[in-house]
Amino acid sequence: MNTAAAIVRTYWLESKLEFLKNLRLPVFSLSTLLFPVMFYLMFGLAFGGGPIGSVPRPLYFAVAYSAFGVVGACLFGFGANVAIERGQGWMLLRRAFPAPPLAYFVAKMFMATAFSLAIIVILLGLAVLAGGASLGLADLVRVVPVLLAGTLPFSAMGLALGTVCGPNSAPAVINLVYLPMAFAGGMWIPVEFLPTTIQAIAPYLPTYHYAQLALGAVGAGDGNVAAHLVVLGLVTAACLAGASVFYSRKP
Amino acid sequence: MNHRLQAMGDPNIAASLANVTKRYRAITALDDVSLDIRAGEAVAVLGPNGAGKTTAVGLLLGTLRPDAGHVRVLGGDPTGRRCRQRIGAMLQISGVPATLRVREHVDLFRSYYPAPLDRETIIAAAGLGGLEHRLYGKLSGGEKQRLHLALALCGKPDLLFLDEPTSSLDVESRRALWQEIRAVIDAGRTVVLTTHNIEEADALADRIVLLDRGKIIASGTPTEIKRATAASRISAVTTLATCAIGKLPGVTKVHRDARRTEIFASSPEPVVRALLGMDHDLTDLEVSRTTLEEAFLTLVRPTTGAARSDGPAYVDSRT
Repeated sequence: MNTAAAIVRTYWLESKLEFLKNLRLPVFSLSTLLFPVMFYLMFGLAFGGGPIGSVPRPLYFAVAYSAFGVVGACLFGFGANVAIERGQGWMLLRRAFPAPPLAYFVAKMFMATAFSLAIIVILLGLAVLAGGASLGLADLVRVVPVLLAGTLPFSAMGLALGTVCGPNSAPAVINLVYLPMAFAGGMWIPVEFLPTTIQAIAPYLPTYHYAQLALGAVGAGDGNVAAHLVVLGLVTAACLAGASVFYSRKP
Repeated sequence: MNHRLQAMGDPNIAASLANVTKRYRAITALDDVSLDIRAGEAVAVLGPNGAGKTTAVGLLLGTLRPDAGHVRVLGGDPTGRRCRQRIGAMLQISGVPATLRVREHVDLFRSYYPAPLDRETIIAAAGLGGLEHRLYGKLSGGEKQRLHLALALCGKPDLLFLDEPTSSLDVESRRALWQEIRAVIDAGRTVVLTTHNIEEADALADRIVLLDRGKIIASGTPTEIKRATAASRISAVTTLATCAIGKLPGVTKVHRDARRTEIFASSPEPVVRALLGMDHDLTDLEVSRTTLEEAFLTLVRPTTGAARSDGPAYVDSRT
């Protein structure tokens, strides 16, 4: 086996095992997959009602709750896992072996993306099958990549939280960050229907910018694509910088 | 110093610490320690908790950097990837993901090496046959340690570090794991084992290095260590002051509990003669050979007047 093939094989194995490891953990896999689906069924489909702006309600909420699910998969899949594995000494053990350090992060990224894709497929599938939304290939090509791109800023945020939090406090801290941020960012209820105070906070939250970008791909959202991209880029950079500082202090 | 420089380039030296000091804030974990590990030997670094054993392993593994001195492993710097590919390690902190199977863990770790040992050989060497599909989280304590041994063997290591491999195990699992470790040593690999269990050091190692509070206090084959520390234990009920007994010839340690006085001495006869001469009311006299465990405690510097966490209070009569 030549070197390049060996490296690819290591990265592939790390990614596959990272995925399997989390899939076999019901507390992660079930809550990551089921919460967005459950919320969508309850608040997106069961209520019914007219379109939001020009977008049919089932499609609007399928995108909003997909974005909510992607953020969860990243914060928990990346963040909580990093905190727990730091606590177990898994990082320290890897350092004593010739394990490529980057593969650890690539594998987590792969895993978060795979779970995100599963959430997106389920919710958009429900929007079509149960909500009667019409989704062409052109729509999918626009919205799915935007939703998946959300794994970048929120994996970075998860990594930062995972390097700051202790293994026991991480899941609680992440929930305290995740749920209010999803709500106030307009992932559960369209931001224009939120109380005005929360509407004023929303632009300071990365979830708001991500939701606006994703909704923009189906014709909703405010259309300030460049501003949303800049904010999410800055959040990614800040989180990665924070994570590397904390990681170097306390691996 | 010359000897040391010579040793560093010597292909027969698998690993060495040369005048190494490592501190954690106010605590000096290793204090000017020099140690050569010869190729093919199995060395047990023996010492009580807090002696600096894990620090020594961390330095040799390259996960810690020394504050002073030099660390050489297989002729190079231990932090290098090339060096790391030729060593294997079982660490004390070694939680691996619970929801992966034995076989998956082994395959992942094999992928880190250009020419790994084949899976069947690793599974057999670690005694994990039949458990390939078991999740790590479902393994018993002994089986978990076997998996860690398996992971350490994946890269056909020239040098193997076993940091307290059996300290968390019950006696039965410990003895069972010794068989696998013994087989690895017999295959000619260089092994550095840390333990606070003298029986383990005696059972597995060619050479024992006694480490106490960051310093090497003795080094030799298990037989040499036993001979050097060969002593007798004299026990009696006496009213004599412990400091007076401590001044008797050959006495290394005196300890008194509520009733009995325990005396360790290199040879018992002069001490017994003197004791009987000094205290005519002395009763319950017993003389026995010390066990290896007691020999070990004699060598390890006791905390004067204070209780040791792992045994009764020992009063050093020499101070």
